[in-house]
Amino acid sequence: MADTAKSLVPSQTEVDRRHPRRRRGLGALIASQHQLLVMSVPFVLIVILFSYVPLWGWIMAFQKYTLGKGIMHSPFVGLDNFKLLFKDEQFYHVLRNTLVMGVLNLVVSFVGAIALALLLNEVRARFFKRTIQTITYIPHFVSWVVIANIVTQLLSPDGGTLNQILVQLGILNDPYYFMSNPKLFWLIHTIANLWKEVGWNTIIYLAILGGLNPEHYEAAEVDGASRWAKMRYISIPGLMPTAVLLLIISVGWIIQSGYESQFLLGNAMTIDYSEVLDLYALRYSQQLGDYSYGVAISMFKSVVSVLMVLGVNYLARRTNQSRLL
Amino acid sequence: MNRTRGDYAFNTLNYAFLTLLGFATVFPFLNLLAISLNDTLDTMRGGIYLLPRKWTLLNYEIIFRENGLLMAGVRSVIRTVLGTVLGLFCTTLLAYALSRKEFFLRKQLNAVLVLTMYINGGLIPTYLLIRNLHLMNHFAVYILPLLISVYNVIIMRSYFEQLPDGIIESAKIDGASDYQVLFRIVLQISLPVLSTIALFIAVMHWNSWFDNYLYASRNQNLSLLQYTLQKVLIQSANEIVSDNGHANIQAIRNNPESIRAAITMVVTLPILFVYPFLQKYFVKGITIGAMKE
Repeated sequence: MADTAKSLVPSQTEVDRRHPRRRRGLGALIASQHQLLVMSVPFVLIVILFSYVPLWGWIMAFQKYTLGKGIMHSPFVGLDNFKLLFKDEQFYHVLRNTLVMGVLNLVVSFVGAIALALLLNEVRARFFKRTIQTITYIPHFVSWVVIANIVTQLLSPDGGTLNQILVQLGILNDPYYFMSNPKLFWLIHTIANLWKEVGWNTIIYLAILGGLNPEHYEAAEVDGASRWAKMRYISIPGLMPTAVLLLIISVGWIIQSGYESQFLLGNAMTIDYSEVLDLYALRYSQQLGDYSYGVAISMFKSVVSVLMVLGVNYLARRTNQSRLL
Repeated sequence: MNRTRGDYAFNTLNYAFLTLLGFATVFPFLNLLAISLNDTLDTMRGGIYLLPRKWTLLNYEIIFRENGLLMAGVRSVIRTVLGTVLGLFCTTLLAYALSRKEFFLRKQLNAVLVLTMYINGGLIPTYLLIRNLHLMNHFAVYILPLLISVYNVIIMRSYFEQLPDGIIESAKIDGASDYQVLFRIVLQISLPVLSTIALFIAVMHWNSWFDNYLYASRNQNLSLLQYTLQKVLIQSANEIVSDNGHANIQAIRNNPESIRAAITMVVTLPILFVYPFLQKYFVKGITIGAMKE
C-alpha cells in the first residue's frame, strides 16, 4: 500500500509540472493556489492604485483642468500646455538645474564611494574599519530635514562653525552668508549629498572586494607587488564590471533624482539654481492653481526618464551580455 | 611581511584620512548636541564646538513643555510603529508569494511591480489622486500610499528565493499550507532580511515629512515631528531673506539656535540608537538584493 502511494505521488506532480494548466484548468489552479493569491493580489492592487492610476491624470496635460470640473468635464486644449511649456524660459532653467544636479551627484557619489571602498579595503585593523563604516552609514538614515538643518547651521553667517573657523584662520574678514549665494548652491548641494550617502554607497563595493579571490592578492604579494599595484591591478579591475553596470543604470535615473534636498536647502535667493522640475510643477499647481501645466511638467519628466532608462538599457545590452532590467 | 616604506606611508595616510572622514561625519551631530545642551543666550556668542560652555537642559525642557511638539512626537511614533508593522506584514506576504516558483501569476505580478520603478504618474497626478480618494488631511495618507515599497519586496523576494528549497518542499509534501510554510518555516530562518526591511520601513516613516507638508498641512492634529522641524527651519530661512535679498542677521537671532538644535537632536537620536544593532543584518540584506537584481 505504502509503496504504491509513494510511486503515485511523484508521477502525479511530474505531470502537473509539465502541463499545469491543460491538465487541471484555471479554476483548479486558482483553488489550489488561493493562499498565494490572497497573499499577493490585494497588495499588487494597492501598488496599482498609487502607481498606475495617477497615469490617468496625464489626460489633464491636454486639458484646461480646473478642480471644480474634474477630468471628465474640463475642456480639451490639445497641445497648448506643452507649447507653453517649451516656450517658457523658466522651464529651461529648471530643466538645467535638474540635469546638472543629477549629473554632479552621480559622478561625485560614484567616484567617492569607490575611492572610499578601496581605502577601507586596505585597512587591516578590523575594529577601526568597522567603526569607520558604522559612522559613515549614519547620515544615510538621517532625514533631509535634519541634514538641511545641519548644513544651514554649519554655514550660517551668525556663529556658523565654518565661518568661525575661516574668520579665525584669517581667510575671511567677515562671516560670509554661503546659503544666499545662488552660484554656490550646486556645490553645497553636491557636498551635502556626498556626505550623506558616500558611506552607504560603499556597501556594495565592499561586498565585491571582500568576494575577490584572495589567491590573486597572495600571488601578487609573492611577486613583491606594492599596495598601489595590488589596488591598481586586482581591486579596481575586480570592481569595474559591477561599477560600470551600476553607473549605466544610474544614468537612466538622472532626471528622477528627487526634490526633497533641493526643497530644503534652497531659499528665495537661490531659487534660480535650486528649483527642479517637480518643485516647479508643484509651485505652478499650488500657487497659480494651474494643475494642467504642472501635470504637463510631470509628464515630460516621466516620459524623458523612461526613454533614458530604456536607451541606457539598450546601450548596455549591446555592449554587455547582462540585462539590466 | 615585507613592509616597504611606500606601504608604511600609504597606511599612515590612509588611517589619517579615514579618521578625518569619520570625524567630519560625526562632528555636525556632536556639534548640534553641544549646542542643544548649551545656554540659549550664551550660544549666540558663538564658539561652541564639541562641548557646551554653559551646561543646561532647559532647551529640552522648553521643547518638551511645548505641547504641540510633544504631540507631534507621539504621532510620529504611532505612525512609525503602525507603518512598520503593517508594511512589514504586507511586504512579507507579497514577497513570499512572488518567491514561490509554482505560483501561476508570479511572472505577471512581478512585471506589474517592477514596471512601477520605471513609470510613475508624477507628483501632481499623485496629489490629485490623494485628493480624489479623500485621503487629504487624514491619518491614512501616511500609511496607505507607502504600504508596499517595490524595492523592499524585491530584496525580500531575492532572500526567500535563495533559501534551500528542500525544507519548503518537504513541508509541502507533509501537507503544510502556504501560510504554515511562511510563518512556521520561512520566517524562522529569515531574521536578517526581516530586520533589514523593518529598519528601512521604520526609517522611511520616521523621516518622511513631505507627505505631511503636501497632504496634511491643514490639519494641526496630524503634524509630525519632522515637519515641525522643517517649519522651524523654513521660518528662519524666510525671515532671513525678508528685506530684499540681504541677509537679515537680526532675524536669525529671533530663532534660538539652541532650541532648534534640541529639536534636531530629538528627531535624530532614535535612529542613532536603533541602527547600529541592525548593521550586520542590513549589510547582508542589501548585498543579496543588489547582487540579484
